[in-house]
Amino acid sequence: MTAVSLGMPRVYHGEGNIFETEAFPKYAAKELTNEQLRANLGFATHKIRTKREHVVGELPDWQGLRTAGSMIKQRVMANLPEYLEMFEKNFTAAGGHVHWARNAEEANQIALDLIRAEGVDEVIKIKSMATAETGLNEYLRENGVEAIETDLAEEIVQLADDRPSHILVPAIHFNRTQIRDIFLKKIDGVSVDLSNDPADLAEASRIRLRDKFLQSKVAVSGVNFGIAETGSLSIVESEGNGRMCLTLPDTLISFMGIEKLLPSFEDFEVFLQLLPRSSTGERMNPYTSLWTGVTPGDGPQNMHVILIDNGRTAVLDDEVGRQALHCIRCSACMNVCPVYERAGGHAYGSTYPGPIGAILSPQLGGIENEYNSSLPFASSLCGACYDACPVKINIPDVLVHLRGKAVDHEKAQGDFKGGKKDPHYQMDAMMFGAKQLFSSGKLMSLAEKGLPMSKLVTGKDHKISKFPGLVGGWTKYRDIPEPPKESFRNWWKKEAPKASRRDSSERVDIQALIEQNKGKVVEAHQQAEQRGQTIAHPAEEKEQ
Amino acid sequence: MSTAKEDILGRIRSSLSDHPSPPEPIRNYRRTSKLSKEATLEMLVDRLIDYKANVFYATEETIAHRIDELLQDASRYVVPVGIKESWLPEDTARRSRIFDAGNLKKAGTLSTRELDSVNAVVTNSTVSCAETGTIFLNTNSDEGRRAITLVPDHHICVVKEDTIVELIPEAFERIDYKRPVTMISGPSATSDIELIRVEGVHGPRTLDVIILQ
Repeated sequence: MTAVSLGMPRVYHGEGNIFETEAFPKYAAKELTNEQLRANLGFATHKIRTKREHVVGELPDWQGLRTAGSMIKQRVMANLPEYLEMFEKNFTAAGGHVHWARNAEEANQIALDLIRAEGVDEVIKIKSMATAETGLNEYLRENGVEAIETDLAEEIVQLADDRPSHILVPAIHFNRTQIRDIFLKKIDGVSVDLSNDPADLAEASRIRLRDKFLQSKVAVSGVNFGIAETGSLSIVESEGNGRMCLTLPDTLISFMGIEKLLPSFEDFEVFLQLLPRSSTGERMNPYTSLWTGVTPGDGPQNMHVILIDNGRTAVLDDEVGRQALHCIRCSACMNVCPVYERAGGHAYGSTYPGPIGAILSPQLGGIENEYNSSLPFASSLCGACYDACPVKINIPDVLVHLRGKAVDHEKAQGDFKGGKKDPHYQMDAMMFGAKQLFSSGKLMSLAEKGLPMSKLVTGKDHKISKFPGLVGGWTKYRDIPEPPKESFRNWWKKEAPKASRRDSSERVDIQALIEQNKGKVVEAHQQAEQRGQTIAHPAEEKEQ
Repeated sequence: MSTAKEDILGRIRSSLSDHPSPPEPIRNYRRTSKLSKEATLEMLVDRLIDYKANVFYATEETIAHRIDELLQDASRYVVPVGIKESWLPEDTARRSRIFDAGNLKKAGTLSTRELDSVNAVVTNSTVSCAETGTIFLNTNSDEGRRAITLVPDHHICVVKEDTIVELIPEAFERIDYKRPVTMISGPSATSDIELIRVEGVHGPRTLDVIILQ
């Protein structure tokens, strides 16, 4: 809409680590061959998902909290200029300094200047999505300042010179022995007898960082919540590294996206209930800090907040897509996503992986970006992310909306091949076809009755083992478990009216698909059996 | 040239040219507990233990003895200046308390290095939320500044029975956001390696909670 309408405001997209470096299907294909990554991610996402379901189930008013959270965030976005100015006024009155940054480069520059003013060449850091987005560590390094990550997982990733694979547990792609080896190689003075016991590894980190905490003059953090009415900031964490950074150094520089605000202190009570349960699956994370500016003789006396746009105003410009700004970075959507679980966080390129990344990154950086335009297609639209989202971001809706935008853009550029050769068309059509199969009780029951459909859809082990066309490359690596019938059908009831918006020419011809694939799954199973292999899901193998 | 602030606010206003006006948020969640005092206490204890805190009970008469036992081999422990002295065991030849004035700009406040050399810290607390197993410290004079409950490896925290509430909104009513707030749910922990929970990374590795009846 904005791309073609004259007189519409120009939007300003962000920069930094919000882009794919390769189209999603290509990167995902590579990652799918990484057995360790996939096994670890599968284990992690399932474990956190189960914990989350348990603690969410404990609260009788969970849906009420979600609704309140969603409505509060809508209010924030609708009145963002007023809340930002209110925050600035109150944070400043409490002794802090507020800076504004149009983009990543400006935010990094402001931080560098503040660090240089303190005369140090090393800072300690709390895990922060915003500084990962702006590429602060790399920027500081280029300018002679070392940023030391203090969250254990970020520390491991930094020592390994790697990238996070999950926003909550960024080092989940390493196993304990690999981490031991990284520590042995990279930590000065670590005992050569260091075991691979997680407790010993955590102890090694404690010893390494203790002096840094006690000596460092400057810390850099992100922000979980900023409260407009009071000028307060809050950070949630587990290890105590956050409290160290927020308490011991004299200068604290906090990066905060402009969307991170809550109107009032009362609103914080909602989000403090939503975030930990959705994120780590705990009733509460071990440590939450809340502070209002400078407290004389207690904690940092020199406090700065950098308010960052970096494409957020462009997200806000899209009436459907702006709800992506409600995200509180809990990662629940990743842990329930079948695509994320298999492709892994690296495949999304951006700092923000998974379903939320698929709608946030292309909006922050612009769908016009060649690679980002593939992100909205990295989903089966199964809707699990929407159910899990603590602030009810309708990720499937936004995905469909952005797919439309991506195709519109290609058409405008003359790149759209249309027809069956276009990857977007194929992926979209296949996902849509799959959705139809699974969500129709009639079709599913046909499949269950052992008609030809069942050979296409679910093999004898109730797994999808073979899809035709582009997606065939995906199922070549992995069987897809049959989705739970109940929830899917319920979901379909809600979604069915929306599906009718689709042009009939975009629909998949189910009959043709059946014809085309008749007997292929049986064939594949027979061939596999002849080779003495069984086709099964790795998670099941582990459980056995 | 316009400032970054003007530019960003201008961009936001332009992006909001559709003038969204969402309704007042509906707060359809629990804000007042219906649990009995006994059930609330039981819930708090259950959740503290679940997150690997150690829970003990004491009265005004027995608390000094209890703290004495919990301090075990500690030779030096820090307390905030406002702590109730009758809670503390007598100093011995082997063990002494150190008062912290709570303001680095004032005399009688330990440097960070000094704080790193003490074995334990004893504080009061402001309010505890049973549903989440969370203890709130609000930097009152008997809780001290933030660093004293962070740097020592062992935190002994007193929770008075009448400060226990069931719900987060009830806890929020009892804290003053103008002073720093630290919310503690069990000892420092990480699950970053293979999702195996390890207690004690950078914060105190032992959290002893004394429920004061």
